[in-house]
Amino acid sequence: MNWKRKDLLGIEELTQGEIIHILDASVSFKEILKRPIKKVPTLRGKTIVNFFFEPSTRTRISFELAEKRLSADTVNFSTDGSSVQKNETLLDTALNVEAMKIDAAVVRHSGAGVPHMLAKKLSVPVINAGDGAHEHPTQALLDMFTIREMKGRLENLKVAIIGDVRFSRVARSNIWGLTKMGAKVHIVAPPTFIPPYLENLNIKICHSLDDVIKDMDVLMALRIQTERHLPSPLRRQSGSGASETMLRQAGLPRLAEDGEAGKSSFFPSAREYRRFFGITMDRLKKAKKDVLAMHPGPINRGVEMDPEVADSKHSVILEQVTNGVAVRMAVLYVLLGPHTKDFGVGARRQE
Amino acid sequence: MTITANSDIFPQMAAKMLMEEEELTHSWKEIAKRIVEADPSNLAIIGIRCRGDILAERLAKEIKKISGLDVPLGFLDINLYRDDFTSVGPEPLVRETKIDFDITGKNVILVDDVLFTGRTIRAALDALIDFGRPASIRLAVLINRDGRELPIQPDYSVRKMAVGKGEIVEVKLKELDGKEGIMIVKTR
Repeated sequence: MNWKRKDLLGIEELTQGEIIHILDASVSFKEILKRPIKKVPTLRGKTIVNFFFEPSTRTRISFELAEKRLSADTVNFSTDGSSVQKNETLLDTALNVEAMKIDAAVVRHSGAGVPHMLAKKLSVPVINAGDGAHEHPTQALLDMFTIREMKGRLENLKVAIIGDVRFSRVARSNIWGLTKMGAKVHIVAPPTFIPPYLENLNIKICHSLDDVIKDMDVLMALRIQTERHLPSPLRRQSGSGASETMLRQAGLPRLAEDGEAGKSSFFPSAREYRRFFGITMDRLKKAKKDVLAMHPGPINRGVEMDPEVADSKHSVILEQVTNGVAVRMAVLYVLLGPHTKDFGVGARRQE
Repeated sequence: MTITANSDIFPQMAAKMLMEEEELTHSWKEIAKRIVEADPSNLAIIGIRCRGDILAERLAKEIKKISGLDVPLGFLDINLYRDDFTSVGPEPLVRETKIDFDITGKNVILVDDVLFTGRTIRAALDALIDFGRPASIRLAVLINRDGRELPIQPDYSVRKMAVGKGEIVEVKLKELDGKEGIMIVKTR
């Protein structure tokens, strides 16, 4: 099949064929990461700007590496130290940078729909690196790639997505992708973390990890998205109202204080969360012998997942990270590769 | 060179059969013999996907048969090094490159089915240099046809020929196409 989209904004709108297309291409790109010289000249001369309005370690470095391995030039933009601090709008930021003749924009923002808005306004391909709690398509693609690589298939696998589904873009993209690929998705979370309307999709919802763990092929733990939780009405965040508004205008999330999960009212404490939903070595004993333990990162060790589990043979967390570079290379190739110049997207050539 | 199989879509366009299975198989075995006679030391064979890889595998088998040597075998996908997308078609399928050995110091035999413009081989040379520093690279092809756009020539070829305007050479191999033979096909 031929990729016809200008942008990669989400998994919801992709067909199974398009997902398979990227997963298959990722296999070839993964091989490049094993070579002594980890470079191919495919995107030589292309310039890609990484617009990260939210913090990121993995995704940002992963995209930057993917771009560099394809010989593209990369520019990193982050809100700190930029004119966003002088109240320049999001759209102006993007249009100004586009005027410098770039070839693609990778965008992460706390506002859902931001990449979609930019995709309409910019003439270059836009890749969503995470928009609020909405979607994180490259994460879901690398998760599916990892599962497919370890298990040989996605169809009919039982995948448990555990934890803060309500505020998680990783969960949403994975739910879309895994259901499209025929996997059986089980959401395991306390009721406070279940978003509405999930019953419209063909997935199972459970509130007890112990009930389902023995049947699962994959355990996908999610980070508790403290920065997206509303503050508990019983507590006030410190700082003046004015600075909070400026933070929001700049697209920066409000960080929970001390990083402690108990500041919001979604669950009583991190300890209790771990007791019921944490992946521990004891729980793993009840699971299948070849069950996979996954986490998109960063892990709250001892909350969503115990350190021993993260470092165990069930864990494919580091594989996920390695695969992330390969999958992002495949996405960049499909959107920006030299074949797109002569054909435009979707044109068929007669020869 | 990889081209859409016109003769499969439009059978009436197949102009003529150039080489049948028996001659193809036999001539390719002769190439293996010539390679071993020239210099069997430090050989490595690398085939260019697709079809070059099948031919490379056949060479490796034949060399083992006639000389007992176990020659390392690798496969190269050059789509990420191409500069000539117009002659291939919309988004080429990127296949896996598999070179599990160190090519530094080896006498590499690069294998493809048809040598035409030379751009595929140019891309393959660029790719190989990223893998190491071979002692030498020699090129073995089935058909050496006219139409070169770069100064590249084969060291071993089964047949050299000129092809008419609007015609292409199509190679079919059992492992990939289910049948075997070389044909000249009109593209218009």
